[in-house]
Amino acid sequence: MKAIERVNIARDKDRPKITDYINNVFTDFFQQKGDYLGKEDASIYGGIAMFHGRPVTVLGHRKGKNVEENVTCNFGMPGPEGYRKALRLMKQAEKFGRPIITFVDTPGAYPGLEAEMYGQAQAIAGNLAAMSTLKVPVISIVTGEGSSGGALGIAVANKVYMLENAIYSVLSPEGFASILWHDSARRDEAAEVMKLTAKDLLEFGVIDGIISERGVGLSVVDDADVANVYDRLFARIDKQIAAALAEFDGMKPEEIAKQRFEKFRKIDERFLDNESLAQMGNV
Amino acid sequence: MVSVVDQRKSKFNRYKNLRESSSGAHDSAIKPVQEYSVRNRIDDIADEGTFKEFKIEFPETDPLQFEGYVDKKDDLRAETDSHDAIIAGKCKIDGFPAVVAVMNKKFMMASMGIELGETVSYAVEYAEAHKLPLIIFTASGGARMQEGILSLMQMAKTSAVVEKFKQNGGLYIAVLTHPTTGGVSASFATLGDITLAEPGALIGFAGPRVIEQTIGEKLPDGFQRAEFLEEHGFVDEIVKREDMKQVLGKILKLHCVK
Repeated sequence: MKAIERVNIARDKDRPKITDYINNVFTDFFQQKGDYLGKEDASIYGGIAMFHGRPVTVLGHRKGKNVEENVTCNFGMPGPEGYRKALRLMKQAEKFGRPIITFVDTPGAYPGLEAEMYGQAQAIAGNLAAMSTLKVPVISIVTGEGSSGGALGIAVANKVYMLENAIYSVLSPEGFASILWHDSARRDEAAEVMKLTAKDLLEFGVIDGIISERGVGLSVVDDADVANVYDRLFARIDKQIAAALAEFDGMKPEEIAKQRFEKFRKIDERFLDNESLAQMGNV
Repeated sequence: MVSVVDQRKSKFNRYKNLRESSSGAHDSAIKPVQEYSVRNRIDDIADEGTFKEFKIEFPETDPLQFEGYVDKKDDLRAETDSHDAIIAGKCKIDGFPAVVAVMNKKFMMASMGIELGETVSYAVEYAEAHKLPLIIFTASGGARMQEGILSLMQMAKTSAVVEKFKQNGGLYIAVLTHPTTGGVSASFATLGDITLAEPGALIGFAGPRVIEQTIGEKLPDGFQRAEFLEEHGFVDEIVKREDMKQVLGKILKLHCVK
């Protein structure tokens, strides 16, 4: 499959959304709203829920499932208040010792006037910094579009997974083509060059695993089979989260934070492998 | 009637004027040169002869094998006397030792790829290991597109390293210079214990053109400029180049780090 086909599937409006994942993988969901600083941002959806008999904090981007919801959720493009809400929920999870599960699906952080005025850059940076120190396990799953800092702002996780047809990239292929070739129409080519598929990212060592979809998305041909296919997808996600969390059972809170820190500190290690760097510190 | 194109043009000129008037090159008594280079900046803030650059040899980084990227970097290395878009080292400022890093926008708009992110991380960790304060002069167009997802990951890496340094008691002063945008603004640039900015510097996550295309409106005068950020509570102080050394010296003194 061409990279651009994955991009189209990742963006498909009929693809399962965060509400589907929360409803089908967790129980007893209690939604939490607001950044407690004066704003609520519906493009970040989250709260507390039960997973395999233990409370967890679950949150992620919400695009909405119809036009009305799309507008309310700003098509899954958070402003600073969204990132601050996410951080509030995550810090609270840390306080109560709850693991954190995040679902990533965004075209990017919203490039709007108010978003800039209220500190979009500072809000994302704040999340990256704070997430790197959280003393509870954080598991992130890129389910659709993982675009730019807007995706990373809730994805500094101990374990990062991607659905088979999800994409994760520094920018949209259109934006990439526009910046580098001054021609956003070259999106197909950009998607290929950018290496944004789950397989690419696994090869880079940026993600920890791929969750198979086996048909979910545009390639679902038989409507009667949709529910069955989705149920199997939710079961695989459930299994992956459970397996990931099990790795952190019995680990001290400081060790959990350290594992995450080291993961990102060394995420590009394979590209920096030389002796000079190994001797750094001898200035 | 004013056409959209004319409006855009006049806006462009307005920003152009702002940029030129804020460059500081003309009104600075210290450097009567047109270009304010990274070396000029270091000379202006470091006590004479105290700057020692960190010499780090990096392998060539080209994770996407992007056509023309390595050649472009090679050309720029010859032109800018810099291996990537940042110079880092240690020096003294009014007698106070500090680690200083300066980003160089003449090198691919100081976009952040693996080498730049690693240099920042190295500077932070050096400061942490030697209990030194850290000063970073930021300037960037954002992530280094040519390095794809690995450039995005530099945001997480640098933020994590800076946060660890700060939690261990380190003092980090971020000095935002024109322009500081994209992935750099949304990572280490906005994580300072103290944040200074140069007059008129453009500072923001999304670029003005992208915002205007998104909202379909002209942006107000001075939007995303240092003064705008000060007004909205994201900058401690706006500092002119000629005052920079004195202000940095004072902040270092206030942290008793001699």
